[in-house]
Amino acid sequence: MYPKQIATSLDNVITIRNVNIFLKLGLSESVIAAACSRVGQRVLHVDRRSYYAGNWASFTFNGLLSWIEEYKQAGPSDEAAQEKVEEGEEALALSSLDTSITNVEVFCYASEEPEEVEEGVKDGAAAAWSVPQTPDSEGEVERCLLESSSVEEEEAVLAGDEVAQASGPDAGAEETQPEGEVPPQAYETQGEWQDEQQASPSPAESQPEPKKQITYTKIVKEGRRFNIDLVSKLMYSRGSLVDLLIKSNVSRYAEFKNVTRILTYRNGKVEQVPCSRADVFGSKQLTVVEKRMLMKFLTFCLDFEQHPEEYQDFSVHSFWDFLLTKKLTENLRHFILHSIAMVTPDVCTVEGLRATQHFLRCLGRYGNTPFLFPLYGLGEIPQCFCRMCAVFGGIYCLRQSVRCLVLDKESGKCKAVIDSNGQRISCSHFVVEDGYIGLDQRKNVDSRQISRAVLITDRSILPSDSEQQISLVTVPPVEPGSPVVRMVELCSSTMTCMPGTYLVHLTCSSSGSAREDLAPVVSRLFCIPVSPGEESKEGEEGSEVPSVLWALYFNMRDTSAVDRSSYDLPSNVHVCTSPDAALGSDHAIKLAEAVFRQLLPEEEFCPPAPNPEDIIYDGEGPQGEGPGFEEADPAEALPSQGEVESAERQEEAEDAGETGDVAKQETVAVAENEPRPASEE
Amino acid sequence: MHGRVKLKSTAQQEEEKRKEREKKLKIYVTARDAVFAKRKNGMLDDEALLLTQQLLSSNPDVATLWNYRREILLHLETIREEVDVQKMYEDELSFLESCLKVNPKSYGSWHHRGWVSARLPRPDWTRELGLCDRCLSLDDRNFHCWDYRRMVVKMSGVPVDQELQFTDRLIGSNFSNYSSWHYRSTLLPLLHPESPEPPSPCHQTHHSPPTSPQSHSHRVCEEQLLKEYELVQNAFFTDPNDQSAWFYYRWLLGRAEREEMISCVFVSREEERVAVAFSRPVNVSSSGLMLVLDGQPQRVEWRSVHPSFKHSPVCICELPPGTISDITNEHNLTVHWTEKHTHRDCALYTGRSVSWCRDSATDQELFRSELSVEKTSVLQSELQSCNQLLELEPQNKWCLLTIILLMRALDPLGYERETLSHFQTLKEVDPMRGAYYGDLCSKFMIENTILKMEYAEVRVFSLSDKNLTTLCHLDQLLLVTHINLSSNQLLRLPPQFAMLQCLEVLEADNNAIENLEGLYHLPKLEDVSLKNNKLSRLSDLQPLASCPKLTRLDLRRNPVTQLVNIESELAELLPSVTDLLL
Repeated sequence: MYPKQIATSLDNVITIRNVNIFLKLGLSESVIAAACSRVGQRVLHVDRRSYYAGNWASFTFNGLLSWIEEYKQAGPSDEAAQEKVEEGEEALALSSLDTSITNVEVFCYASEEPEEVEEGVKDGAAAAWSVPQTPDSEGEVERCLLESSSVEEEEAVLAGDEVAQASGPDAGAEETQPEGEVPPQAYETQGEWQDEQQASPSPAESQPEPKKQITYTKIVKEGRRFNIDLVSKLMYSRGSLVDLLIKSNVSRYAEFKNVTRILTYRNGKVEQVPCSRADVFGSKQLTVVEKRMLMKFLTFCLDFEQHPEEYQDFSVHSFWDFLLTKKLTENLRHFILHSIAMVTPDVCTVEGLRATQHFLRCLGRYGNTPFLFPLYGLGEIPQCFCRMCAVFGGIYCLRQSVRCLVLDKESGKCKAVIDSNGQRISCSHFVVEDGYIGLDQRKNVDSRQISRAVLITDRSILPSDSEQQISLVTVPPVEPGSPVVRMVELCSSTMTCMPGTYLVHLTCSSSGSAREDLAPVVSRLFCIPVSPGEESKEGEEGSEVPSVLWALYFNMRDTSAVDRSSYDLPSNVHVCTSPDAALGSDHAIKLAEAVFRQLLPEEEFCPPAPNPEDIIYDGEGPQGEGPGFEEADPAEALPSQGEVESAERQEEAEDAGETGDVAKQETVAVAENEPRPASEE
Repeated sequence: MHGRVKLKSTAQQEEEKRKEREKKLKIYVTARDAVFAKRKNGMLDDEALLLTQQLLSSNPDVATLWNYRREILLHLETIREEVDVQKMYEDELSFLESCLKVNPKSYGSWHHRGWVSARLPRPDWTRELGLCDRCLSLDDRNFHCWDYRRMVVKMSGVPVDQELQFTDRLIGSNFSNYSSWHYRSTLLPLLHPESPEPPSPCHQTHHSPPTSPQSHSHRVCEEQLLKEYELVQNAFFTDPNDQSAWFYYRWLLGRAEREEMISCVFVSREEERVAVAFSRPVNVSSSGLMLVLDGQPQRVEWRSVHPSFKHSPVCICELPPGTISDITNEHNLTVHWTEKHTHRDCALYTGRSVSWCRDSATDQELFRSELSVEKTSVLQSELQSCNQLLELEPQNKWCLLTIILLMRALDPLGYERETLSHFQTLKEVDPMRGAYYGDLCSKFMIENTILKMEYAEVRVFSLSDKNLTTLCHLDQLLLVTHINLSSNQLLRLPPQFAMLQCLEVLEADNNAIENLEGLYHLPKLEDVSLKNNKLSRLSDLQPLASCPKLTRLDLRRNPVTQLVNIESELAELLPSVTDLLL
């Protein structure tokens, strides 16, 4: 699905002038690249990794296992580069060591199937990685492309380096078919795959069949059907990301679901937070007076700027103090602070009010909560922007990196880069993720970290009529001094876990390692089987608490607070930060827009992409626009191919809409639509 | 750059669109003409079906095409096997579905769907309900869909309890939905009818004929009512400005039905006239009124008190001259309301010039009928809840109004002061409806005064300085001899005023009266004081000429007094007036 520029040796682009080079495929970089490409700039986007989206990536289960392995092993050694530096130039080396992910720990609690070979379990992930080499049949390789991890495969063939061992569509497939035969379903085309995805939830929903034991083998086997994100964020329905997706028409490349409920952990149990009008009306836990008080407060927050008299006296006090004066009962204060404003008690009143207001303004646009979640995970979003970038001629190179920058001594600007193969590529601008910046170029070191946990569990944290709930769970500090933890529980219809399981993301700002920070919350909210692989006993089935089948902990560096002035870099080198700990993606989008404004102050940021029928293709083959293209392989007229595919995909989507498929209908089309009026006279 | 993308310019796009439209229009017009030609020739074939389908899918609002389609379908029905008919109509349904996707509010499409569903040999109602659910989930106020759904429910006999759950669901997702609340109000009495025992206290005191069984058909049993109160309270506490919940609440609190009866019979020897008051306006000519005097049915001409009413709660008739004029005779009158199988007797004793027989307004608990009195305790606790809400929302008009109604149902005189102060607040917070509140307050003040008058058993009615903007319940004042309406904000004495058949003295100073229409044939009216009003033309005084006994008239400080020759004109118009103040 995504353009396979990887087949192109960098020799082909080496002579391009005025190219903008982007390093690492995170959200900000992808958005800037798409924006540049959209207004006619030449874009080369490279990443040393073999997958899209950088630390924003989502993986199939097996892909995630390989990612884990990669970080457990030592990073690639920092080779001394033979710099191709000419007179009047100097080289500025980039860090080739990715240290953004640390403290990776994996725990498997799901049992193995009895007939499974024991060793497969013992070294867990590693075993999963011995994969069938794909036959060199091009057609089949191409069809794998839709899965990000599968992209590696092709690359493995071409590059033949260390990742060759670490690629493959499906380890589980191999385990069940020891001959290494690739089962046909491993190469399903997009359409077939989607059909199956749509079909599968319905039986699961309709018949509450006796709960089957979910084994590790089954997770691995089904692993390629769902995507697991490294970053856990939701999309505020009136946040800058959604606005941008709508404005740029990039929303057509993805589908979304509403987050269905907001939960919170209070007094030792999980409760639903009434936040919309319908929730408040239907809530059984609030008295009618509480309902009025809550609605009154929320209505005030919606346009609090109009009533300064209400909060002015509290401008120097904390939001919590302000709440205390509002005659709100204890549970209402909890709901507002932790689950609606989602701030700490000590933030100032105005900040708390603003956070509440943002939450409320997002309500009702697409559903009963303020949030959307993209099907197949958040990692889809950077990929959507990459796709738009490619449609407008952007070139993508995975598994390539930039070793150093070539600076013009006179102007101090970056005039070229030297890639990991030692080739020199001229550029006019260079956009790079923070992680590539060496210590020498940093004026100060910010060591903020995000603690993350990813769990696969066997049931929802708060079972309800529907199994298909997407829940945001706010967990206030479980003990004094412990962090505020944000939890997102995803159901199988989000395509992030297999039917019968839930994927739970926990996120907090780190004070220690991810496990130190998050394990206390996990142990309170979930049942952790005593020993790995132990079968949970029938007696425990009755307990309401979900069991953890598999858990991953890791820390991710958060450089979002680092200011541009903290880097000692040429003016045409722009730094993007890694994902922040916030729930929304506003930081990354705002950063992207700011960088774009620096790059191209005259141009519009992400104008709407045209409809496919309004695009005229400039001949079938490559055009001799630049000398570098005369030798280009005719097969790489990729943007047009990408475009054709996009058109097809859109048609598919429309078809699906017309046939009225239930699964399709449940997803949310992100487009300009106003919420229904809540009431009218 | 390879495969570089270029965009069509807007001009190119426009041009393409224009061409496209032109092409479409041409096709459309051709097809339309072809269809009309076929219909003219009476051709009812598959081709016509196909052509109309094409036309309707681009424009479903052409009723003629739907009609033609129905003609064709009816014809094909006669010549095809049942299996094929089923198939034909099923195709029709899926075609309609595509039409509804284009325009979910097309009258033609919905109507046709109803027609097809009714003709389908083996209808699949579950599917139709599902379609309605989908439509309503997209727009819960699509009344076309609500209508169609009602038909489907009726045809397929969906159990009432399932329908109630359906309204639960819709109200749960958005309670600002009149359709759902209203639907609920039609379902509850079917599912939870009020048990026949015990009768509501409002009727206990009655000694007249028992109430008809139908009068309680829309009531709901108390257990369910309490649940509904809770549900609707959740709604109006959540959003007290949403009127749909308040309207439903009003319905729950109920509106008692007054028993249909003759409430008063009045007879006067002097005028040889009988006046009858009913519990509701009656049509004089068609309601079957019969007067029996001393056992003899009388041939009399019934009429309403004022020619502008066809229906009136007070009717009068003249007895044949001489029948009751002898004061030494005793007479027994019976008025029959044959339409309602009810009657009332009245005895006119020797030596009495007038006589009447009636139920007093206090006995009837007349004015509590705004809300039916379920149980005082229930209303009391509802009042408490509303007061609780008012504490939180002192400016909420719906809450204030509901409290006023509850107070009236509970104790109209005891809560009079609070009621007045709530009305004051209402006028301040909702000035747009100030006049409505003024009229409502006037009504309640009149009711209270009537009640006080009844307790005192007098025929004098004094309601001065009460900010009255309107007059009502005048039928209750049939027997009043003296009325004082001074210092209010009345603009007119409406035709209903003619129901005050016994009125002798009228004081209505310091108002803004410019119309005396209601002073019409008042047989006993002698003294009228209208100081400081807005009477400006001589013709405004014309009605007074119909009052035979008028002797004293005070018109000081009215514009009319400034007219030239007013004195002589008035002498001519009102010869009976001997005491004229200008």
